[in-house]
Amino acid sequence: MNMTGRDKLGLALIAVALIALPFVLASAGTAWVRITNFAVLFVLLSLGLNIVVGFAGLLDLGYVAFYAVGAYVYALLASPHFGLHLPFWVILPLGAAVACVAGVILGAPTLRLRGDYLAIVTLGFGEIVRIFMNNLSSPINLTNGPKGISRIDSFQIGPVNFAGSDTFAGLVFSGPIKYYYFLMLVLLGVIVINRRLQDSRIGRAWVAIREDEIAAKASGINTRNIKLLAFAMGASFGGIAGGMFAAMQTFVSPESFVLNESIMVLSMVVLGGMGNIWGVIAGAVLLSFVPELLRYTVEPAQIALFGKLLIDPEVLRMLVFGAALVLTMRFRPAGLWPETRHRREMSENRA
Amino acid sequence: MTEVLLEARGIAKRFGGVQALKDVSLTINRGEIYGLIGPNGAGKTTLFNVFTGLYPRDGGEVLCCGSPLNLESPHQVAAAGIARTFQNIRLFGNMTALENVMVGRHLRTKAGVIQAILRTRAERTEEAAIRRRADELLHYVGIADRADDLARHLSYGDQRRLEIARALATEPKLLALDEPAAGMNATETAALRGLIEGLRRDGLTVLLIEHDVKLVLGLCDRVAVLDYGVKIAEDVPEAVRANPKVIEAYLGASVD
Repeated sequence: MNMTGRDKLGLALIAVALIALPFVLASAGTAWVRITNFAVLFVLLSLGLNIVVGFAGLLDLGYVAFYAVGAYVYALLASPHFGLHLPFWVILPLGAAVACVAGVILGAPTLRLRGDYLAIVTLGFGEIVRIFMNNLSSPINLTNGPKGISRIDSFQIGPVNFAGSDTFAGLVFSGPIKYYYFLMLVLLGVIVINRRLQDSRIGRAWVAIREDEIAAKASGINTRNIKLLAFAMGASFGGIAGGMFAAMQTFVSPESFVLNESIMVLSMVVLGGMGNIWGVIAGAVLLSFVPELLRYTVEPAQIALFGKLLIDPEVLRMLVFGAALVLTMRFRPAGLWPETRHRREMSENRA
Repeated sequence: MTEVLLEARGIAKRFGGVQALKDVSLTINRGEIYGLIGPNGAGKTTLFNVFTGLYPRDGGEVLCCGSPLNLESPHQVAAAGIARTFQNIRLFGNMTALENVMVGRHLRTKAGVIQAILRTRAERTEEAAIRRRADELLHYVGIADRADDLARHLSYGDQRRLEIARALATEPKLLALDEPAAGMNATETAALRGLIEGLRRDGLTVLLIEHDVKLVLGLCDRVAVLDYGVKIAEDVPEAVRANPKVIEAYLGASVD
């Protein structure tokens, strides 16, 4: 990638802004740092799902399953539940690996399916995983059932524990701020991996399968392996995000991994622009923050206007999601920030 | 001296109660243009799809360079050196022309996920080679100036050429063209003919399915005729043209 001076300056400014961001947010309340962290978590998930849906064109409605697998791997290996307390740098890769295997397990039987049919099977898979988590409390108590697993270890790097605050160079690094920086590092890694994959032999094969599977086969692509690879890669990212989620929440239960979460991540990918990394990031950030903004504006506004709460912001959130998706599909079917290929195609159509 | 490149023995294919192919055998020699003609529904494309692993066959076998060809899946057929184009063009519409051909190089290159993520020197070298080869092939088929256009925006004739370039990228021994002249005007057909003759000059073996009888008889070294799933003739064009069975089945009562 060739960068001009202006590109470099812009990138540097964004970097500085992202480094300063948590302290700005912290001044408005630690809650905002937490909200931002969850937004970044959703960006990670969206980028993972983008590999499956955006690049390879495989509609996956059960993506949350891999998030759940990652979260439970972390929870089981770093909590009093089994009395295991492995360090996070062991568990996160392990969670990614287990999620990767789960991705292949989902991928293998669905290789012949496409479109709606694939969506139905993956949706079922997501539910199966959640129900497993819900019921694997007997005869051997593996997941502690619907009660979930609590008192999960936070990250610990040397003497620094991510649960508490540290003061360094006069700045207070609260737990969420430390997680923020860690998330940013992971995100940077994931973006680099995504971009490199996109421009690679494997990335082209994914897009080829999305465009025309039969032609891809006839051009010598082993579509079975390449599709499994897409599932595996996407699932790994989901697994990492899940592990981070468990550590940040210090609590996991099956109800965090419902179908709605899958739909939410898929909405982020679709709204932002399938296949385009920056579009997906924008979509995830947008859809993560809008509900929080609603929570902070709709409630006070209603109480100020009517003296009581008429519409729950949770309800409004789904309404806004639905409307946003309908409007996107109507006016920008390729997403807010579509893949260059699609954009090029549209501008040429206009010309 | 003629050397057999591809040999089909007793190929059979049924679709429910319809016997689409019945005991079809043919041999294609290295370096020739082999034509396959027949009336609509004679089984030409079916035979093609069996050859390239798209349809499972109900009987018979295909030998490539003397050894049995694994027809289990299309990518294995491509790996064995048989590349094809499609009757109804199948390009990767939202990829550029260059990228389409680059996909064709997939088979002959090997960088995997880890190498791509780490962007190793080997991976970068390979990518550069893929790009260079794809560019050469676009020049070869004469659409290098459209390299950065989306495949779906190319003209019909250029799309046909692009499909051929993508197929050539897999380094085939045999290039199978399924009605490449379908829907082309006279100028485009003439240009296509030039391209196919060029392929033969460069030593490639071509299997050509075509409706345009004039093109087939003018271009091919040998021609096979299918009718209702049965091969009724296989010979040099002049002999096929004179064959009464062929005239009856296909060309009609009067041959110009």
